Amino acid sequence: MISPAIRSATISVLVENEAGVLARVIGLFSGRGYNIDSLTVAPVDDNGHRSRINIVTSGTDMVIEQIKAQLDRLVPVYKVADLTLGGPHIAREMALIKVIATGEPRAEALRLADAFRARVVDATTESFVFEMTGSSGKLDAFAALMRPLGLAEVSRTGVAALARGTTII
Amino acid sequence: MSQSQTAPDPIETQEAGAEVLLRALKEQGVEVIFGYPGGAVLPIYDAIFQQNAIRHILVRHEQAAVHAAEGYARSTGRVGCVLVTSGPGATNAVTGLLDALMDSIPLVCLTGQVPTHLIGNDAFQEADTTGITRPATKHNYLVKRPEDLARVVHEAFYVARSGRPGPVVIDLPKDILIGKAPYVSAATTEHRSYRPQTEPDRTAIARAVALLKSAKRPVIYTGGGVINAGPAAGAAMTALVRRMGYPITNTLMGLGAYPSNDPQFLGMLGMHGTYEANLVMHGCDVMLNIGARFDDRVTGRLNAFSPNSKKIHIDIDPSSINKNVPVDIAIVGDAGRAIAMLAEAWDADPTPVDRPAIAAWWQQIAEWRGIDCLKFTQAPAPGSIIKPQHAIQRLYDITRELGRETFITTEVGQHQMWAAQYFRFDQPNRWMTSGGLGTMGYGLPAAMGAQIAHPDALVIDIAGEASILMNIQEMSTLCQYRLPVKVFILNNQYMGMVRQWQELLHGGRYSESYTDALPDFVKLADAFGGHGLRATSVDQLDDVIREMIASPRAVIADICVDQKENCFPMIPSGAPHNEMILGTDSNIADAGAAKLTDAGMALV
Repeated sequence: MISPAIRSATISVLVENEAGVLARVIGLFSGRGYNIDSLTVAPVDDNGHRSRINIVTSGTDMVIEQIKAQLDRLVPVYKVADLTLGGPHIAREMALIKVIATGEPRAEALRLADAFRARVVDATTESFVFEMTGSSGKLDAFAALMRPLGLAEVSRTGVAALARGTTII
Repeated sequence: MSQSQTAPDPIETQEAGAEVLLRALKEQGVEVIFGYPGGAVLPIYDAIFQQNAIRHILVRHEQAAVHAAEGYARSTGRVGCVLVTSGPGATNAVTGLLDALMDSIPLVCLTGQVPTHLIGNDAFQEADTTGITRPATKHNYLVKRPEDLARVVHEAFYVARSGRPGPVVIDLPKDILIGKAPYVSAATTEHRSYRPQTEPDRTAIARAVALLKSAKRPVIYTGGGVINAGPAAGAAMTALVRRMGYPITNTLMGLGAYPSNDPQFLGMLGMHGTYEANLVMHGCDVMLNIGARFDDRVTGRLNAFSPNSKKIHIDIDPSSINKNVPVDIAIVGDAGRAIAMLAEAWDADPTPVDRPAIAAWWQQIAEWRGIDCLKFTQAPAPGSIIKPQHAIQRLYDITRELGRETFITTEVGQHQMWAAQYFRFDQPNRWMTSGGLGTMGYGLPAAMGAQIAHPDALVIDIAGEASILMNIQEMSTLCQYRLPVKVFILNNQYMGMVRQWQELLHGGRYSESYTDALPDFVKLADAFGGHGLRATSVDQLDDVIREMIASPRAVIADICVDQKENCFPMIPSGAPHNEMILGTDSNIADAGAAKLTDAGMALV
């Protein structure tokens, strides 16, 4: 029996890089009431013919199977892969995090950034912009720590993901 | 894609885009286009004017052009073709496109667009057609470069007819139509990403056959997928089902795939399906679904749907499988191929079927059939009011007696369900109705399209007086092309299905479902140049039907029927299959009468 529990799924979709293809994917999610927790898209081959869309979504197994089937029947889609089900995979995202603070909070922010291996990419006497790459959870944790220290703005890329080892989609 | 750079260039002498378009349509076998001109498509109309290979049918509203193309496609199995202008031309076509999408009908709809340099400028008659039609089509294209034009047309036809068929829009900016464009033939274009799976998995077929052989209470439930797979698939299925000796039911979309007068046929299933079909679905132990999608009109309450059965689902669209109902054996593939493989595996498997169990199952079915759920009482005395069921029954009997090839379309509502119940089909592609979207106004233009494809056949639109007014302007098209379509209106002055729901669910408060000022349909037919007839009592009915059929012209037959009649059996929304409301004429008054719940009311 299919589990009714909600799970998260990282889905990679290889698409023809044509006008409107992203709108088709997004329209499918909004039109059918699926969640998008994060979405990234960029061309991934030499001549720019194909793009890879990485979508983090959530739902019951039945819903996630349905999402994959719906994506797969879009005409410009070459391939749909469920990285979460497919075995071990790496999912990373990058964030730019602006902290506005002076005095001790500012120093504490810098110490924590160091512990999290975030890089300082912009600094003024009243602010830092940290650049940080990692799992979404790590980015969430860092942002949460920065909140009381003067977190002012966050910009995140969304998840890029690949299967581990020699597996390709 | 690795494409050889040294391959011979397929580009030949260049012509105007509109010429290239027509050439590509001809190569795709298009013989008829249903359309309506406008500024953005004038170059195409100019090109149409200068050739004879493709016939253009001028409709009176773009929605009707799409429905006509649907009727053409569904009655022939070919791809229907539509041509409309930009802006309102395209937006008027949207209902038809979604109708074709929901019912898996192959169409290519050409829409005009403002010149490429004006796109995005809110130009006159500009609409974001690809944006608007994206969720209403299987796929759509905006041609921005002349060199893409011919390839896109070929691709569009490939996409429309392949896999699960559907409508495809090609948006054509005016400068692309006027400027020179190269021609490429279909043979040189191959779709890069779209390769639907049509060949079923042999091991899954073998498992399905093993399960079917072990069944004690089996049912076969087939839908539009078998119709779309072509007449040969229907014939192969009929032969296989007869060898199996199992009961079969069809969805609204699937009627005609199996001969309806065959003793193994249970009738249509679902909300207004037969008592026996729905109870068989509820009580079966093995269900074989071929080309149907467990639509909510079929399943009733999902968590009570066929609770004790193992389910096999064959569908060409993987997203239809496990969408509403989890199944035990999923088979992706073309229905025709799947039926052929099933038949082969069935015959090769030496396991006998469980004859005593199947005999007991048929005995149970015979009991359910004894309820006679479609029974109605027509008062025979001259002057008696006509029961709508009787009108359809007589229409069926008389057309059958005449033996002419007959195509039936419908509008949407009570008359549609009565037509599905009382008009019986022995062949596929003879029955065209708006199943998924439920589009009032579908039937008249669809009949027009079917009549264009079959000029000598008898084409009847079974209509209601409310639906028919939604595309009544097409009477003008019928008269222009001398298309002898028959419009058979069951006139009860109500939006009957709305009235029925208001009676059953809303305390008899008939809010806005009565039409106070209907036209005189006889005079209306005359006004358009057709022939009008009316029957107000049962003794006039047969004469009117015979006169209607004998007429060489388009006819509106206004059949004034009992205003209070409801369509039964009925599974109210939110109820399971074994809780049906039956008509008072059937042999039991009430089949465990469904309780109407608030949750059910919300289900429409």
